[in-house]
Amino acid sequence: MTVTRAEYCVVACAEVWRGAGEVLASPMGTVPALGARLAKRTFSPDLLLTDGEALLVGDAPGPGNGAPVAEGWLPYRRHLALVATGRRHVMMGASQIDRYGNQNISCIGDWARPSRQLLGVRGAPVNTLNNPTSYWVPRHSPRTFVERVDMVCGVGYDRAAAAGPSATRFHDVREVVSDLGVFDFDTPDRTMRIRSLHPGVRVEDVREATGFALRVPDGGVPGTKAPDAAELRLIREVLDPGGLRDREVPPCGP
Amino acid sequence: MDKVMTADDVVARLASGMTVGIGGWGSRRKPMALVRALLRSPLTDLTVVSCGGPDVGLLAAAGKIRRLVMPFVTLDSVPLEPHFRAARERGAFALTELDEAMFMWGLTAAGQRLPFLPVRAGPGSDVLRVNPHIRTVTSPYADGEELAAVPALRLDAALVHLNRADARGNGQYLGPDPYFDDLFCEAADAAYVSCERIVDSAELNRAGGPQTLLVSRMFVSGVVEAPHGAHFTSCAPDYGRDEAFQRAYVRAAADPDAWAGFVKRFLSGDEDDYQAAVTAFTEETAEATAGERS
Repeated sequence: MTVTRAEYCVVACAEVWRGAGEVLASPMGTVPALGARLAKRTFSPDLLLTDGEALLVGDAPGPGNGAPVAEGWLPYRRHLALVATGRRHVMMGASQIDRYGNQNISCIGDWARPSRQLLGVRGAPVNTLNNPTSYWVPRHSPRTFVERVDMVCGVGYDRAAAAGPSATRFHDVREVVSDLGVFDFDTPDRTMRIRSLHPGVRVEDVREATGFALRVPDGGVPGTKAPDAAELRLIREVLDPGGLRDREVPPCGP
Repeated sequence: MDKVMTADDVVARLASGMTVGIGGWGSRRKPMALVRALLRSPLTDLTVVSCGGPDVGLLAAAGKIRRLVMPFVTLDSVPLEPHFRAARERGAFALTELDEAMFMWGLTAAGQRLPFLPVRAGPGSDVLRVNPHIRTVTSPYADGEELAAVPALRLDAALVHLNRADARGNGQYLGPDPYFDDLFCEAADAAYVSCERIVDSAELNRAGGPQTLLVSRMFVSGVVEAPHGAHFTSCAPDYGRDEAFQRAYVRAAADPDAWAGFVKRFLSGDEDDYQAAVTAFTEETAEATAGERS
């Protein structure tokens, strides 16, 4: 059976937590949540997960496979305090993101009188200065990948450097996963680069969908890692038999 | 000492222009009966401090807010709060937008009577650009780190809703998360606790372990018995969020005529009228669903 775009995205999100060790995976969004559970069930078994509210859950059952077993208590206030310990890798959404990894979820337009009010900065400022942070963008477009974000919520590499050592000390923006590919900041000037593209996506497609010039690795762009048979089975039969992933990333046509 | 009073008594103790903290989180355990009492009052020009949900939306729709202090406003199952959005987009009130950790440590500083607390959040982000009043502080130790000096969020009054309380003001939460309700009470000159049920102190001890006794009476000025008083937000384990009603609220907020109808039906009487209208709404919704099925 053909691997869908959403399934590539789940695997790409899971890879964010490879080698993370015994830390909290904090995914926001359906595909990142599936990715974190997949990572825990395969190559990162020591990860901690929450039930989305106040409990740390020891196992990661799929829907209908029984209630999760609580192994700890993580109410909102302790979750926030955990951020400062650094024992966490969060994957947030982004209404806008720029080439240095600055992210916006607060508002579009002038902050004083926004054309579109969104959530507010939430915990993006504290997340990005304290623990590894990645982003998930289910629809890669020039409206999201912009030259300059309207309000810096999540701090990118240029802004952290300008703010000084207390901002850079634990700053670590790792990866951006979108429906087109995987991106990182492993470049000399810490600007965004293509790490891999999902099958069927060409460099031109990403360039068209990105509002700034992306770095392309020397020697060609690799394809995103495909899920193996065990991973596919976990995604389809255990973690997401209802196919919620396809609502976030619809299957693409030929 | 008996501190039992009504929601209208609470509002009578407040004044226009006050800084009022509202407990709960998003669309979770908000003191909605107290917010509805605020809506019935002539109070205005409020500075509202909140991890915002429909409390902020309703007060914004009624033009009660002069300044909002928040890290976010959301309805949880509906990400964006429609009245908050509309109010921001028409420039209806001033905004102090803080990071979540800055917000928590700002409340904590106020309770601890400290002028500020250092937090590693803010530098590099636009939170410091849009809040020029927030300064940084440099560590006096060898590291010399420069951190945000988050100012204390001192409140004139706090409004919170808990599952149980006794008549003296000891408040108990029975759900999985205390949110910041004790911090709000300790940061305020006067705190008011509404609850699902007022019980004897002995019953508080039977309902849950000592760690569920979140709010101490030494920080509480008034206790209000308000069954279903967090509606339409969640109040676990007593009840979950009323998703159908929240959706109706969101739909109504999108259109001025629909909103006028919502206000007329739900927000033009007292709390008993509200709860009766909600019961009628729930029955209609159930009948409509049953009709679709048959």
